[in-house]
Amino acid sequence: MEWAFIAETIIKVLVVVLVFSALAGIGTYFERKVLAFMQRRLGPMHVGPFGLLQVAADGIKLFTKEDIIPTGVVKPIFKIAPVITAATAFMAAAAIPFWPEFTVPFTDYVVSPIISDLNIGVLYILSVMAIGLYGPLLGGMASNNKWSLISAARGASIFISYEVITGLSLLAPLMIVGSFSLLDFNAYQSAGVTDWIVWQQPVAFILFWIAAFAETGRTPFHLVANDHEIIDGFGTEYSGMRWGLFAIGEYANMFFLAFVMALIFLGGFGDGSVLGALGLLLKVSLIFFFFLWTRAAWPDVRPDQLMWLCWKVLMPLAIINIVITGFVLMF
Amino acid sequence: MSLEEFKNRDISQSNYYKVDIDEYPTTNSAKFFQVVRRTFKGEMFVGLWVVLREMFKFNIHTLQYPKEKLPITPRYRAIHEMQRLFESGTDRCIGCGLCEKICISDCIRIDTRYDESSRKEVSEYTINLGRCIFCGYCAEVCPELAIVHGGRYENVSEQREHFTLYEDMLTPIDSAINGTQKEYPGFGAITPNESVKKTPLAY
Repeated sequence: MEWAFIAETIIKVLVVVLVFSALAGIGTYFERKVLAFMQRRLGPMHVGPFGLLQVAADGIKLFTKEDIIPTGVVKPIFKIAPVITAATAFMAAAAIPFWPEFTVPFTDYVVSPIISDLNIGVLYILSVMAIGLYGPLLGGMASNNKWSLISAARGASIFISYEVITGLSLLAPLMIVGSFSLLDFNAYQSAGVTDWIVWQQPVAFILFWIAAFAETGRTPFHLVANDHEIIDGFGTEYSGMRWGLFAIGEYANMFFLAFVMALIFLGGFGDGSVLGALGLLLKVSLIFFFFLWTRAAWPDVRPDQLMWLCWKVLMPLAIINIVITGFVLMF
Repeated sequence: MSLEEFKNRDISQSNYYKVDIDEYPTTNSAKFFQVVRRTFKGEMFVGLWVVLREMFKFNIHTLQYPKEKLPITPRYRAIHEMQRLFESGTDRCIGCGLCEKICISDCIRIDTRYDESSRKEVSEYTINLGRCIFCGYCAEVCPELAIVHGGRYENVSEQREHFTLYEDMLTPIDSAINGTQKEYPGFGAITPNESVKKTPLAY
């Protein structure tokens, strides 16, 4: 039994890491295609049918590129920074259920596709994703490059702003459900669409969504690596697979946050049927698509505007939301 | 895009209009109300709708360049071509050297000599396309319409000098004899519908 558990966990870890590494690559393909179509362009077209193999070409390029470590950088920190981003993104996946429980075909072995159902699931996910900030921060500070340094400073100042919103906005749903486990969140909403937490907590949902944009550094809040202001920010001095790890971490983070949002607010996989599971994937795809959609439509804000928004608008809203939720729960 | 649209540079007839830009608010209350107005006006959703509409319309404007090309105007000044006389196929160039003289970037070199029948003949004619600015003076000054600008604008070679030989620019003799050589429509060209006299060699 113990061995079966260890083997099952290792297989689950491998599946998550491999699937989401691949998804990060395919995510870049979809991002380029969606952005291109919205801007009346064609996007990648030449490698493979409809440019589908562009991902493979990019992967080969990143893997085989020379690993350049510039002089003047703080070497150990410069080397470890991309690993922090990628590793923490994948560590956060440990407490996310990607699929309802199912039985292995032709046996009676039940698999629960969550690596570990922690009793502090949501807290764990938020903390590990927060540690992911150290990638851009340390990478930017160690790079010996002014753009990277600005990016690191922005990352830190934005971080203390949006993390407040992330935590406070999730507090209200947590009070309602009374558990940190995403499985409990799912069970709470399993009755149907009307039971989704988004209907009870629309404000918390929108606040968390906004904070998710800041967390993943997507376009309205794409300040840490804003190409037209600070080159690639913390990634300026990186090349090859080290830069690729940053990219994989960023896209994996987008997918995991989309899963978290779908599980906490949008009913997750519902009653656990295959249809419900496909519904979860559909919701995740829609949230991911929205990340790309806004990049085509919206301009970037300045760092001070983001901090203004977070501290002076969103945080009071989040607190009012918590107070109202508390009163409603109490009386 | 049709050639006429492409050549139309009259912006007064197109759909340009000036955008109204309001004054920026100065007082704190005005700034606050601007934020509130912008928050609830839903302008950001208009932006989202516009890009989504364009995605579903799928009206792609990309020109897949090596497969598709934009039309160039008839007077486009690309790589030079040396023309031949109709029917006889003799080189039109009489070796007068005007093009060499007028060339402002000094890239044309012409060398002449007397051939066996004591006629002036162009022995060497090169254009250094690395220096040429494609101003078109050579084609304009040529009394014989011998040097003209063609439409060949895709030039790839390992060395610039590869483009510049007289033989490369000269019209192939068979296309001169069967009349498929295209006449340059620029300054000094034959007026359309004007009959071209036969060259003396064909009498």
